[in-house]
Amino acid sequence: METLLNLPVIGYILQFLVYLFQVITSGHIAPIVLGLATPIALGALCGIFNERSGVVNIGIEGMMLFGAYVAFMTALIIHQNFPTTPSAFFGMTPALVCGVIAAIGAGVLISLLHAWLSITIRADQIISGTIINITALGLTSYLNRLIKPFDSAGTFHSLRPPAALVALPGIGWLIEMFTAVGPIAMSVIFLVLIIQVLLFRSRWGLRTRAVGEHPRAADTVGIDVIKLRYRNVLLGGIFAGLAGAYLSLEATGSFQNNMTAGRGFIALAAMIFGRWTPIGAFLGALLFMGSQAIGVVIRLAPPPGPLGQWLAGIQQAYPSLYNNFFTGLPYLLTIIVLAGVVGKSVAPAADGKPYNKESAD
Amino acid sequence: MKKRFRSYAGKLLIPALSILLALVVASILIIASGLVGPDKQLDWTLPFVAYSALLQGAFGSVRGFSNMLVAAAPLMLTGLAVGVGLKAGLFNIGASGQVLLGGFAAALLGARAAGAPMWVAISVAMLAGILAGALAGFIPGALKAYTGAHEVVTTIMLNALIQLTVSGLVTDVFRAPGFTFARTAPAGNATLVGLGTTTLHFGVLLAFLCIPLSYWFLWRTTTGFEIRSVGANPTAARYAGMNPRRMIIMTMSLCGAFAGMAGAIEILRLGYYPAVFGTSIGFDGITVALLGQGNPIGIMLSALLLGAMRAGAPLMQIKAGVPVEIIDVIQGVILIFLSAEVIVRKIFRLKAAAPGTGEIQTFTRTYGEKVT
Repeated sequence: METLLNLPVIGYILQFLVYLFQVITSGHIAPIVLGLATPIALGALCGIFNERSGVVNIGIEGMMLFGAYVAFMTALIIHQNFPTTPSAFFGMTPALVCGVIAAIGAGVLISLLHAWLSITIRADQIISGTIINITALGLTSYLNRLIKPFDSAGTFHSLRPPAALVALPGIGWLIEMFTAVGPIAMSVIFLVLIIQVLLFRSRWGLRTRAVGEHPRAADTVGIDVIKLRYRNVLLGGIFAGLAGAYLSLEATGSFQNNMTAGRGFIALAAMIFGRWTPIGAFLGALLFMGSQAIGVVIRLAPPPGPLGQWLAGIQQAYPSLYNNFFTGLPYLLTIIVLAGVVGKSVAPAADGKPYNKESAD
Repeated sequence: MKKRFRSYAGKLLIPALSILLALVVASILIIASGLVGPDKQLDWTLPFVAYSALLQGAFGSVRGFSNMLVAAAPLMLTGLAVGVGLKAGLFNIGASGQVLLGGFAAALLGARAAGAPMWVAISVAMLAGILAGALAGFIPGALKAYTGAHEVVTTIMLNALIQLTVSGLVTDVFRAPGFTFARTAPAGNATLVGLGTTTLHFGVLLAFLCIPLSYWFLWRTTTGFEIRSVGANPTAARYAGMNPRRMIIMTMSLCGAFAGMAGAIEILRLGYYPAVFGTSIGFDGITVALLGQGNPIGIMLSALLLGAMRAGAPLMQIKAGVPVEIIDVIQGVILIFLSAEVIVRKIFRLKAAAPGTGEIQTFTRTYGEKVT
């Protein structure tokens, strides 16, 4: 162990961690991390709604993508026909608000397909989810090609927290993290907390968990398993749609084909990492996407000393690989976390098993 | 004989009707597309124009027909890459990444062997592609076998990682000098050239050969039997003395090998690996395998169908103004109808399915569970 600590590599890693902590707590990085984590956390909430009641949802990716498209197109059409100036409050316009509502509706609509296929038809839930992903990718790419939008629908603006609050020592960066963002990113922390409480402290939460763990027993005490699963899968669609609206109306202001780029799957991993709890999944999302922000951090404030020179050297020699490394870090972490956590993190017992009132088991 | 024929016909019925219904649904989208077209009005004949252009593009000429076969060949391989996994109860949606890694390895080794005699060069490059694809399949297989990480999530993550790594490597390390964009050196003699005036190449033959080969492997060898047993019931297979872990790793590697071969064919046809290489054959493989119900013959037929659509789509876009992306929509809708057999049966007033026909519906079982 001692010889290990004497190795320069360990020193570098420690130095790097200290540097990261300094940058995150001092600069304007924390809000970026929250922004990157927002669609992941929302997607994970969708997953929690589904899986806590016993339905596996691999189609979050497709729901998000469809939500992003519907949000963008709705906002664009309304913006083109009724242009308004953005209000001071988050830069909100009627177009943007309608876009978000439409995205939520789209998410719920696709959830209905998933619910029907996996609860009523009792098709394989992973196939159902994959079909949703394929169809959403195809349909949005088709429509995006057909109606080439060159215009922008505008975006939600980030709030500017008072400078005095941000300058507070110790917690200023935390305040900045949760306030210097747009409305959807800001709502995430509230949604996470509310759902955490509801899931573990409310009648709905108890029933949901019962249906996810032992539907037969839940049925015996009079809970309508099918109805509850339907309701939860549809409610989950809200968050997937919202995540899509975040991508197109808050993060970018445009729609690109396959713009979700695997975020729905990272969300699943965050959910598993957080042991199917909203707060855990939120922390997982911050961890995964925080790793992507490291690239931004290093670009904005290069680390001092030999470490910085070393990184700069790599960047100069292999610019493309260097950038792709940071882009790919969340994906890599997802694999590592899944490999390390599954088995220790136990899924709801009835997860993925269709419920049949008449069957024996 | 008659009974046998009837069982084949029964297997084909639902996929065929699903395709038909998907074409009907897509024609609604095509009609609606007239609204945003230059005329801004609904044109009820547009689906017929589009579909006949599609057929003409794929079957209307020798060149079109050979294009169709060339498009179908990699789909057969990626279809097998997903389909063989289905038989083992594994859902390999990482064919995209396996295709990229296979193609990349084939391009590198092909460029190395560019000066060698043609058959040597092609063999070396193909073998490199197959091995690289197998490696890309081995990783999620081993992860699933030893840690329980579900292959659906890990393969999707690997797709992204492989794409980022390979394009980075091509841009920074293996970029060939003298070209305006980042690409690898020409594969020279390893390039798969067309036969005569057509685009038909050696890889097409190879892909067609893989169909009977995998059929023989799955139904006539002990390993194939073990793969199918593990897929049908891993617990029972373990009690029968089989090793589910080994089977999972082996099957995923085999799946990856098929996908790697598909990537090698696609890249060697091009003759180099471009840093920006987008192909849909990996994801099309999912449709091909599900439509073919994991059966090699079914996979061949589905690949030909999808190949025809892919080959005919450009002409359809020119003649009817329908974006080629409609093919992706059709795929998705086919799959929806396929998994919701109930609707298909209701629409065509067929009898309900006999119980126990859901042969491929087993993936969710191992979701988040450790294999022992």
